[in-house]
Order: sequence, then C-alpha cells, then structure tokens
Amino acid sequence: MTQDIRPTVKLSRRTLLRGSAAVAGVAAGSGAITGFPAVWSAEPKVLRYLGTAVNQSADIAKKVKEDTGITIEYVAVTTDDVTKRVITQPNSYDIVDTEYFSLKKLVPAGNLKAMNGKRIKEYGNITPVITKCELPDGQKIGDQGTAPKKVMFLEGEKSTKFAPEVTEWATLIPTVYNADTLGIRPDLIKTKVDSWAQLLNPEFKGKAAILNIPSIGIMDAAMVVEATGQYKYPDKGNMTKPEIDMTMKVLTEAKKNGQFRAFWKDFNESVNLMASGETVIQSMWSPAVTAVKSKGIPCVFQPLKEGYRSWASGFAVSKGVTGMKEDVAYEFVNWFLSGWAGAYLNRQGYYSAVLPTAKAAMEPYEWAYWMEGKPAEKDIHAPDGTLLDKAGNVRDGGSFDDRMGKVACWNAIMDENDYMVRKWNEFIAA
Amino acid sequence: MTDLARPSSAGAASAACPPPALGGAPAATALAATDAAAAPRAARPRGRHGWAPPAWLQALPMGLVFALFFVLPLALVAVVSLMDYNDYEIVPSFTLRSYTETFEGCYDQLPGLCTILKTYWTTVELCFTVWLLTLVIGFTISYFLAFHVRTVLMQTVLALLCTVPFWTSNVIRMISWIPLLGRNGLVNQALIGAGVVDVPVEWLLYSKFSVVLAFVHLFTFFMVIPIFNSMVRIDKRLIEAAYDAGASGWQTLWNVVIPLCRPGIVIGSIFVVTIVMGDFVTVGVMGGQQIASAGKIIETRLNALQFPPAAANAVILLAATLLIITALTKVVDIRKEL
Repeated sequence: MTQDIRPTVKLSRRTLLRGSAAVAGVAAGSGAITGFPAVWSAEPKVLRYLGTAVNQSADIAKKVKEDTGITIEYVAVTTDDVTKRVITQPNSYDIVDTEYFSLKKLVPAGNLKAMNGKRIKEYGNITPVITKCELPDGQKIGDQGTAPKKVMFLEGEKSTKFAPEVTEWATLIPTVYNADTLGIRPDLIKTKVDSWAQLLNPEFKGKAAILNIPSIGIMDAAMVVEATGQYKYPDKGNMTKPEIDMTMKVLTEAKKNGQFRAFWKDFNESVNLMASGETVIQSMWSPAVTAVKSKGIPCVFQPLKEGYRSWASGFAVSKGVTGMKEDVAYEFVNWFLSGWAGAYLNRQGYYSAVLPTAKAAMEPYEWAYWMEGKPAEKDIHAPDGTLLDKAGNVRDGGSFDDRMGKVACWNAIMDENDYMVRKWNEFIAA
Repeated sequence: MTDLARPSSAGAASAACPPPALGGAPAATALAATDAAAAPRAARPRGRHGWAPPAWLQALPMGLVFALFFVLPLALVAVVSLMDYNDYEIVPSFTLRSYTETFEGCYDQLPGLCTILKTYWTTVELCFTVWLLTLVIGFTISYFLAFHVRTVLMQTVLALLCTVPFWTSNVIRMISWIPLLGRNGLVNQALIGAGVVDVPVEWLLYSKFSVVLAFVHLFTFFMVIPIFNSMVRIDKRLIEAAYDAGASGWQTLWNVVIPLCRPGIVIGSIFVVTIVMGDFVTVGVMGGQQIASAGKIIETRLNALQFPPAAANAVILLAATLLIITALTKVVDIRKEL
C-alpha cells in the first residue's frame, strides 16, 4: 500500500506545495496526504508518541534521533487517558504506547492499525512470555486476566477479531512488561512481608496504598482476597458480579477501618507517597521502586509467595498513519527492538520485548544482575548514573525466569467492567 | 459597562479590581443581554435618518458565542446522557440506563445513603465548609482593604498583592501543601519538636481537613474581589451617620455594611460554590483520592470511557449546583442590587 505511492515522477517542491495546499483542508498537517507523491527526504521525520510518562524518556528520544534522525514528540498522559485519546482523538498521535489490557476496548473501536509482522525485523524473536504466555524454556505461566497472547494477534489487517494463534498481524508490538508486586519500606516495617495479605495487615493501618485505577486496583484486591484464603477465583481478571461485590466488600471494610493512607493514580504520586514515608506498603511499579531507591531511600519491590500481577505494553500505529509516516513508525519500532532501548528498560527493572538484542547491548555483569538474578559483580547504576545497588547484592525477585515464571494474573478489562467501575465509585464514596 | 452608571467612588474600585471579575460569569452576561433589551425605546441612539438599530443587535455577538460555546455543548451533554453505551462506543439509542444506574439502590438502601447520595452529601458538606470559611476570611480581608487602608494607591497595591499566588498554577499551589502537612512534614516536625504531640498527626494530610484547607487557600480570593468591589462603593457618610446615631461597631457592620455588600457576597459565593461543587482535582490530590466528590464520579466514568453515565452525572451535578445558586439568588436579587 504505502510503498506503491513512491514518486515515479520527480516533482518540484513548488508543485508539491501547491498540491499540498489544495488538500491541506482535508489532511490538515497530519502528514497523511495519501495518493500524493511526496518528496520524502525533504520532510522531517517526526512521530507523535502517545503514552504514559513512565516509558517516555528523554534519553530514548535523544538516542533515536542520533541513530535514525527521527524526532519523537512525547504526549504524556495517564493510563486511562491513553485509551481515551486512542478512541476519541485518533488523529492526535502517530504511534501509541499502550497496555495490552486496553485492547479489548481499542481493537473493536477500530482506531488502531494492525502491525505487519513482516515489516518487524525481530518479529520472530519477540519473547514467548508475550506471544505464548510461557518462558523461553517452555514453562507455562499464569494467564488469568488479559494475558497478552489472548489479544496480541488479529486474523487479518483489517480484522477486529483476535486470533488465538500467532499470525503476522499484531495489535501491539511489545515494548516492555513486568511482574508487579507490592513495594515496601524495609526501614519502616518490622514484620516480614511475604504475602499479598500483608496489604491489609492492621499493623500497617493508615500506611498502605493501592492504585486508583479500578481495573488494576481490583486485581491487587483479588490477590489479597486469595492470599487470605477467603476465596479462590476461577479467573481474577474476569470476575462475575458476585465476585466483584465480594472483592469490593473486602476493600471497603479495609478503607472504613482506615487501612489506606491514599490511593495513587500516576507514577510520581506513588514515588512521593513512598519516599516521604506516607505509606510503607503499597502497590507499585518497578521503576517507581527504582526511583525511590535512587533518592537514597530504602525500598524493596517485594516478591510475594502468591506470585505477581503482570502487565505488558506495546506500540501500535494510529489508523490515520500512512505513507512516509508509517514507514517512520516502523523504522522507530524496529529501532526500539534493536537493543539499545531494551537494555535501557532492563536497567530500570523492566523487561524488554526482544531479549537477545537487549543482552547484546548490556554489559555481561549488568545482564547477570538484572536478568539472571546473580549477585552484582560491580555497582549497579540507573541509566541516569545514580547508584541503585552495591556490588554483591541481588535484584529483588531474582532472575527473569523466577519472576516472570511466578506471574499469577495479568492486568485486565473484565466483561463486567461497567459494573466494576460503578462498584469502584461506591468504594471511593464509602 | 456597569461602571459607567456608577458614581465616581466606583472609580477606585474598578482600578483595583476590573469588571472582568464580574463579566466572566454567565449570569452577568445574561444580565447584560436583558439590560440592553429592556432599555427604554426612547433612549435608543438614533442615526441621522431617524433609523435606530434594534437594541438586541448589541447583544447578538455575545448571544451567539454563548449559544455556540455554552448552550450547544450543554445540550449535547444532555443528549449523550440519554444514550446507550458499551465498552468502546456510544450507541445512539435512547435509554435512561445512565440515570437509573446512577441512582441504583437509592430507594432500597433507605435510610442508608446510596453511592450518589453519599457522594453528594460529602460534596455539599465540603462546599458549605469552604463557602463559610472563604466568606468569613474574604469578608475580613475586604473590610481591611476597604476601610482600614486609606489611600487608593495602597488599596490597589494590596489588592494586587492578593493576586501574586495566582502567578503559579492552581495545582502547584495545592501540591506545595503536601510536604508541609505530611506525616514527616514541617508541621508535624514542629509539633513534635515543640513537644505538643508524641506521634505525627495523621489527619493533617489526605483528609477532609487538607481538602478544605487547599480550597480555602485557592479560592478565598474569589470572595475578596466581589466583596471588596461592593464594599468600596459604600458611601462613607452612611457609616458616619450610623456612628453619629450611636450604633456600635457590630451594629454598623451588621445593619449597614453587610446589607450593602450583599451583591458582592452572593457573587463571590456563586464563584466558590460552582468551583467546589465541580472540583475533582483538589479533592483528589489533597484527599489522597479517597474522598468521593461529584466531580470524581464523572472522572472515573470518563476514564472508563463510559461517556453517557459521565454525562448523566454532569447533568445531575449541574442541577444540584443550579439549585444552590437559585437559593442564593433568592436571598438577594442581584439584578436589582447591581
């Protein structure tokens, strides 16, 4: 499609401008001037990159500019707003970095374009954690909730139906994923924390926190309910109405008893809560723990015996992106999977989508610390140079296989999402 | 435009606090329109040929802007609130689902309160507390500015000084309270250091207290300006007369100053009430996301892409706010007073 419109006749820039002006009313600067020969080299390579602030780093933008000449314009919004923008303003971005669990909303809405696996160099090397929900050695991992394999593939380019098997049409090309657990302040906690149930331990009354993103918060609550042995869900990521009621009741009681200090909604809030000592135990994201640590405050991303709640995010292209823009988008995605960015993310405590390329871009001692769970041979530094861990220490949660192998469920959008949101409002009002 | 019709004493006031403080409110705009329409025909300016353009032409541009950017979106919200929806789209078919689900269980749970009533109870409670505090503080500041500061220059300087906090964003002014009030914040450190308490005071932050504090800090100024505006127009001779007639300070305040300030008080109250009723950012940030407010429900619904119930809640919120404002304007006939 896009390749077919490469210019066969050489046009002067002036002719092109005149032509562009004619369609400007329609295409309005989106760069999506289809059916028009374009002088590509004359146009700057710019991508508007929509996503949460977590994955948007100035370092990545700088490096990609150096390597490929692509200018990344970050549009940083919250998780919920990413979904909202994709559905309501598909022309306000070129490439979106969103989570797999949103896809149940995004794909039927038809605002994303399937990614063509044939144009992704490392397509075959994408980690099986995402594509098949298993470790590289074939061990199966938990697939409750919206596991990426359930929503990653489409039957065809224009299809809005998820394919159960690997196909060449991907909804998202994965960028990062992780297995989340609770973050704790070991210096302020005396008890040993090894279970999700500790989130509701009265000892931490007024010092606990969870996310105020209903679809994630309720999963944490479900982990707690199972950990306390009150109930075993057939699928935590797809509860029935009575299950939602029961889960919210547990949370509501805890809230009424003053268990929670606050709820947080974005990355920085969670860092501030923890760093200031307002909370000592809370749901957290790995890089947030890293951020607290890099302030010199002890913080542990505590592995828990019931396992982790996992998530994954990836790139998709807006349906309005065609022609040169689309080529630039693929060039960027290919660059992202080619190693540097993967290594960068691994060093923050995330996991990258293509492990071999990331490994090649990391020092052996870094790889051993971050991915193999071995004691650090040298001091471990964050990408910005701050000291994260001293030589001899081991990463929280151990190796990649240890951590991803213990995934219990994935962030999800439930069939009863609408009901759940209503119940969540009730919980906040309680 | 109101200033033109004012006695000269208003000049000082308008220098310190320009009319936009009033003109920004839709109510004031509506007033302007009716004023123009009600102007006596004879007073119409006549052209050279005796033809006078109809007065409503003057109000037309504002009316159009008003219709396009206020009435139309509002109508759309009302329409959307009556539509069906699923996970990712609004289904264009008529249903009352958004309303019935919003009020779900309200009847069964009586005398207990359902989510929406509980939320509105909290919202109105917050609103009333904030209103009372901003009114008392705002009135006191205005009183000081109007009666204790002698020179117009000084009044202007001090009024401008009040605007200094507005040079930074609302959110920043709000967030800067957090390190102060936190468990290990400055206030707690001081309290512990002074031996007042042994363990940090927890209710300072992420509580109704911190929400009210932030609101009062953010919005007292919206009370100060309208109250100051009406206060500075009070003829000083009236106060001298009260004094001469033997009224005490309180009597003068109660029987002369406050009645004459009523329009300012009501306008300031409208500002504060409408802002607090709709706010969800301050309640969220300062309340640690744990306190429900009407705005918060709308936000959660919007975030879950459930636009019709969000719209329904917006309509309900609008109705509730209008109810309060109608009650306020019943107390004072602003049109007459202005």
